[in-house]
Parts: sequence; structure tokens; C-alpha cells
Amino acid sequence: MNVHTHKQFDTEMEAIRSGVLAMGGLVEAQLRRAIVLLEADDKDAIAQVKIDEKQINQMQISLDQMCSQIIARRQPTAIDLRFVLMISKIVNELERVGDETKKIAYKAAETRTIDRLSHVRRYDVVRTTERAHEMLQLALDAFARLDAGAAAGVIDRDEEIDAAFLAIMRQLISYMMEDPRTITPALEIIFIAKSIERIGDHAKNIAEAVVQVVKGIDVRHASAEQIRAEVANE
Amino acid sequence: MDFEAVAVRPEVASGERAAAPKIACRKLDFFYGKFQGLKNINLDIAERQVTAFIGPSGCGKSTLLRTLNRMYSLYPGQRATGEILFNGENILDSGVDLNMLRAKIGMVFQKPTPFPMSIYDNIAFGVSLYENLSQRDMDERVEWALTKAAMWNEAKDKLRQSGMALSGGQQQRLCIARAVAVKPEVLLLDEPTSALDPISTAKIEELMTELKTDYTIAIVTHNMQQAARVSDFTAYMYLGELIEFGQTDTIFLRPKRKETEDYITGRFG
Repeated sequence: MNVHTHKQFDTEMEAIRSGVLAMGGLVEAQLRRAIVLLEADDKDAIAQVKIDEKQINQMQISLDQMCSQIIARRQPTAIDLRFVLMISKIVNELERVGDETKKIAYKAAETRTIDRLSHVRRYDVVRTTERAHEMLQLALDAFARLDAGAAAGVIDRDEEIDAAFLAIMRQLISYMMEDPRTITPALEIIFIAKSIERIGDHAKNIAEAVVQVVKGIDVRHASAEQIRAEVANE
Repeated sequence: MDFEAVAVRPEVASGERAAAPKIACRKLDFFYGKFQGLKNINLDIAERQVTAFIGPSGCGKSTLLRTLNRMYSLYPGQRATGEILFNGENILDSGVDLNMLRAKIGMVFQKPTPFPMSIYDNIAFGVSLYENLSQRDMDERVEWALTKAAMWNEAKDKLRQSGMALSGGQQQRLCIARAVAVKPEVLLLDEPTSALDPISTAKIEELMTELKTDYTIAIVTHNMQQAARVSDFTAYMYLGELIEFGQTDTIFLRPKRKETEDYITGRFG
């Protein structure tokens, strides 16, 4: 893409782009801390999750303001307009990932005192969270490179997380039917698993936004096959 | 540059019938002496819609507008070849009555050009060239034209005052009233608001939206946001060629050609 005749416009666009990447980096780090908390107790990690949460919220507000200013001052069109609108959307998705991550971190700390089902939390849930983390990382990578093909790959992976969530649910339901004493910890783990599943959805939404910026087509509610076909279509 | 030389017909939103073109350019070339100002223009101007021409200075957009009512014929050494079909008839044919043509295809220029006479006479003068109206009918026509141009309320108490005494925005609306008064079918607007303040600009843009219920409008503008606001179809021109033509929403949201995208996003030059 050529540079704008107004160089300041390029500077402003680069500022929101790098702002999203910085915010994404922070959300990823927060999610890594939540994974640590699922495995073991870590007082520093839970304190840091709270600090991250505040900073993520602050970044959401300031990036949204920057987007409004660009729209008001530059009246962007075509790819520039899509870019600014999608940044605003991605920023909201990242903030929600931050919210879900905070829930996972807090629930992990609460459930650690219960021994029953700790193996589910330590293995299946951690593995699924790592997958969601990887999906988020790939979505942010696709955004950084504005790579619609890579974004389509991320959208494909949402099914994996959904399937893992269902598998955890089925497993927990079996435990609950066998032994009612597992109901309380099982419900807590279900809440955690649901948050992970939501993080997968947010990563998918970010990837869809990347496709929309690059291709100029709205792929929300389209099937993974349709999206792959649209992305392949030059 | 190798741009597609096919006729570009604006697509009308799905569900509607494609509008019949009011004006159709076919293989239109234009020459200022030896210099070729327009190269193989193929385009349809839809009836009762606003079509905007955008592009950098010297791209041929004003030249194209000036061919549409043969305004160029006033100048020696300028000629057009190909076809411009107005209601199906080629206006480039030698037998065309240019005065009647310009009554049907009116034009408003960048700088307001009121005649040095009263507001009333500014409008009545053109009408009296084409029609022999009674005083009462002429009064009605003047009121009708000024109302069409959203000027009646401001002008009704000073019809005998000079048109030159109006503000720039009012003068431009007077010129639009003058063009409308002879009941043309098409209005050509060549940067009609470039010399006006934002409020007068907004009034003229609003006027275009109202006028298009009765008239076909073609506008040349340097203000891309204006093209985005007022037009139904947009043509992007560069170096005398039509690069892209389509629905305004498509051009400003998802243009097909990179040249168009670079221009509308401010990545030009």
C-alpha cells in the first residue's frame, strides 16, 4: 500500500495499529498468567491479572478515542475506513478476552482448594486454554501482517475449541452423575471452560475483522468453507 | 496504462430495474488541437440520478462535462469524436441545434455568473429566449424556478434588486434557478460549490438531492466527500481515461481498481 499524501494520516494509522498490537500483547500475557493459575497457586500472578485488566480497559478507551478522531479529522474511505472501523471492533474483542481471562484467573484460584476433579482442571482445561491462547496469537499475527489467508486459518480452528468445550462438559456431567459431591467443583470448571470457549469466539471475531479489512467483505455468520473460498478468490 | 475499454453501465441495487441511461457516451474522444483530453470514454449517465466525476486536476472530468452539452463548440480547435447519445440521439451530429440542446442540458459553473440585471430578469431572460410567456406566466415561472433552487423565501421581496448584490451562495443558487427555469432535462454542475462557504455548500447539496427527482444531474467536484454525499454513481478519471465507474457506495467502500482506491484514500502522488 502506498503512503498517504498527508504523512500525518499514516502516522495516526500506524499509532492505532501498534496500539492494538500492544493491547493484544498485554491480553496474551494476561491469558498466560491465567494458565499458570490453573496449574498452581501464584499470588503475584493473580495480582498482576488485576493490574493488566485495568490497563486493558484504559487502552480500549484511548484506542477508541483515536479511531473517532481519525474518522472526524480524516474522513477515511475504502480500506482506510474498514481499517479504522475494524480496529475499533478488535479493541472491543480484546477487552472482552481480558474480561474472560480475569474470570478464569479468579475461578482457578477459588477451585484450587478443592481436590476433586483437579485433574480435569490441570489437564483438559489447561490444554484447551493453551489452544485458545494460540488461536488469539495467530489472530493477532494475521492482523499485524493483514494476512487474510492466515485469518481464515484461525476461523477454522474455532471448531476445535468448541469441540474441546463439549468434551469437558460431557466428562464433567459423567462425574456429577456418578458422585454428587463433584457438582460444586464441576460447575466451577464449567464456568472456566465456558470462558475459554468465549475467548475462542473472540479470536475468531478478530480474524473475521482482518478478512473484512483486507478483502472488503463481511464474513460474519459465513461458514468456514465459504470464508476459505472468499479469501482464495482474488 | 491498459484500462478496460468496455462500456461501463452503472449497476442499480438488486431488485430494481437497471435505469435507462439519459446520456450514453460511446467511444468518446476529445481533442484540444493535437492534445487528446478524453480517451475512449464509454459511460452511461442514469436518468434522475446524480452522477459525480472525480479525479485529479487535468484528468478530463470538466472536459467530459463540457462535451455533454457541446459547450466546447464555442472554442475553435476543440473537437469530439465518437457518440454522445442524449435520449438516444447523437448530439455530436452536425445537424444538432445547439441552442435547443443547451436548453435541455443546462450548466452551472464553478464561479457564480449572474447577469448584471435584477434577480427577476436573471431568470426571465433565458426563458424569454425559448418561450413566449405572458407576464403572469413569467411571474409564475420565476417563482417556480426560485422555489426549485430553494431561493424563493430569500428573494421574493427583492426580485427587482440586482443579482450581483446577493451573497456568493445565493448567486450560485440564482444560477441554478436560471438553469432550471428553462425546464432542462439534465443539469451539469461544474464544481458548483468550490467557491462557497460550508452552509451555502450544504444548501446546494441539499438542493441536488431535491432536484434529482425531476432532473438528471452530472457534477464535477474536487471535494471527494461531496461526491460521496450527493451522488448515486461516481466516475473516477485519470489522464483522460475513465478508470472506474460504479455505484458511489461501491467506489467509496470497496473500489475494484487500485488506482481508484489510492486516489479516494489520499494516496495520490
